[in-house]
Amino acid sequence: MLGAQDIVFWVLAVVSIVAALGVVVVKDLFRSALLLAVVFIAVAGFFVLLSAEFLAVVQVLIYVGAISVLFIFAIMLTRNVREGNLPNRLQIPAISVSALLLVGMIVAAVNTDWRPIPEAATDLVESAQTQAVSGVAEAGNDGGSTGIAELLIGEFVLPFEAVSLLLLAALIGGLALARSRGT
Amino acid sequence: MNCQLATDSVLYANGLYRVVYNLAGSFLPCWLAYVIAGLVIIFILVNAVLLGAAVITWGERRVLGRFQNRVGPNRWGPFGLFQPIADLLKLLTKEDLRPQGADRIVFALVPILMVAPLILLTAVIPFAKDTVLASLNVGVLYILAVSSVSSVAIFMAGWSSNNRYAMFGAARAVAVLISYEVPVVLSLLGVVMVAASMSLGSIVEAQALPFILVMPMAFLVFLAGMSAELNRSPFDVAEAESEIIAGYHTEYSGVKFALIQAAEFGGVGVVSAIAAVLFLGGWSGPWSEYLGWLWFLLKTGIVVFLFIWFRATYPRLRIDQIMAFSWKFLLPLSMISLAAVTLEVYFLRGDDGFLTTADLAIMAAINAVVTVVSVIVFGNLIRDKVTLRTRQPRQVAVPGVPTIEVS
Repeated sequence: MLGAQDIVFWVLAVVSIVAALGVVVVKDLFRSALLLAVVFIAVAGFFVLLSAEFLAVVQVLIYVGAISVLFIFAIMLTRNVREGNLPNRLQIPAISVSALLLVGMIVAAVNTDWRPIPEAATDLVESAQTQAVSGVAEAGNDGGSTGIAELLIGEFVLPFEAVSLLLLAALIGGLALARSRGT
Repeated sequence: MNCQLATDSVLYANGLYRVVYNLAGSFLPCWLAYVIAGLVIIFILVNAVLLGAAVITWGERRVLGRFQNRVGPNRWGPFGLFQPIADLLKLLTKEDLRPQGADRIVFALVPILMVAPLILLTAVIPFAKDTVLASLNVGVLYILAVSSVSSVAIFMAGWSSNNRYAMFGAARAVAVLISYEVPVVLSLLGVVMVAASMSLGSIVEAQALPFILVMPMAFLVFLAGMSAELNRSPFDVAEAESEIIAGYHTEYSGVKFALIQAAEFGGVGVVSAIAAVLFLGGWSGPWSEYLGWLWFLLKTGIVVFLFIWFRATYPRLRIDQIMAFSWKFLLPLSMISLAAVTLEVYFLRGDDGFLTTADLAIMAAINAVVTVVSVIVFGNLIRDKVTLRTRQPRQVAVPGVPTIEVS
């Protein structure tokens, strides 16, 4: 029988796939950017279904609130955008590359062992999961933020800082490019 | 069918939901009771936002009237209280225009996308003890995420209107939104750190001393940042009437315009409610068991009044002044506030990781000094950038002096 969660999952799945198709099919660049925002929101919905509220909220904050807006700014500054997404001679290479990518991803998804939990600990994990689902409002559960924080500041602190440095370098580079003319 | 809401359910914390659910569940199937109880709460929240927006439009016009030494709307109803109803009826009967060459679907979606985030925001606001629709444990982040969707809606309005002024307004509004997001987030980070939680209910409970006293600078930054994000005067370049008509909602009329206005004034109400919860102690006060909602409404009203006061006091800033104010004034202040709060929390917290009321009082004393000093220092640093610097007037002709011919 279909539970409420299954219904939500299928609705989100259909919405995200249709919107993702729309992103590439729709001629109007502005509308594809908006559809991309819909995809991002649907993905945030998947995170909520997985009891990862923190990730869901951050997904909306970063991808919808920042990255979509950036895309729209870029589209706004593009010339002849009203003519839409014009076709060019790269159709066949594009199709072959994306088909290859799709096959690669499907193969990877099918061949990966998606059970990182050892058999012995299954019961423990299941009880933890039911607790997480039923007691979301309790103080102990924080939507995954503590775990992410511990991993980011603990084990993966070096990559984290490296990414920050990379972003800073990109920021300064962007500034330098923008200022090079004139002053 | 006797349904009782399970005590471990997320929605159990909401007293009203519990009552409606149990009442409907006594004669209806459980899933129907679940849906009906949810719809009842949503109905109340939607109407609270829209009614609040209506009251704020009236209040703003009355209070602005007092500030400007005139009367304001006072004809219909006691003190003109029915004026919003008259306004709404007028807007509903107006023609719903759509400019030629507009992107029809996107144009029609905008008013909905502007009101929806506001109503979503009310879901996490605790109106009184145990009176919150969803006690999310990532409440503060949820507020930031949901309110960031409005920048996309503003862009949609500007783009789909097929109007230069709408586009300018949207570009300005989004530039302001992006810049002020940073200091606002940093100021909220301090709140989260002191409360040791992102859930709004826990933040209210952690305020043995209201956070406006514990970290006044964060409150000031939050208030300034939010009045910019709401596109309110003095930061209202996005809809500056004298420059770009009405900005991104230039082309909207009739019921769509009514919805956009409702979103704007409802936004003031919701942001004030959030400020009241995060900084003024929300529903806490004497007899908060019974009068929590009253304290909450009172505190929200005070913040709404502050917003109207700002609007009546300050002239509109230029866009470069707005940017300078955000990046050169609010951002350093929020950084200093955050650093001070971090150090204080690190040294003052007990072994259990929580702060006592005495700790909060110590923090309040230190932060008051930090606030005064840094506001004065940065205020002096930024003065040149924000004050109007008129160029030396070009001499055209001075009596008795021959003008210099420029070839």
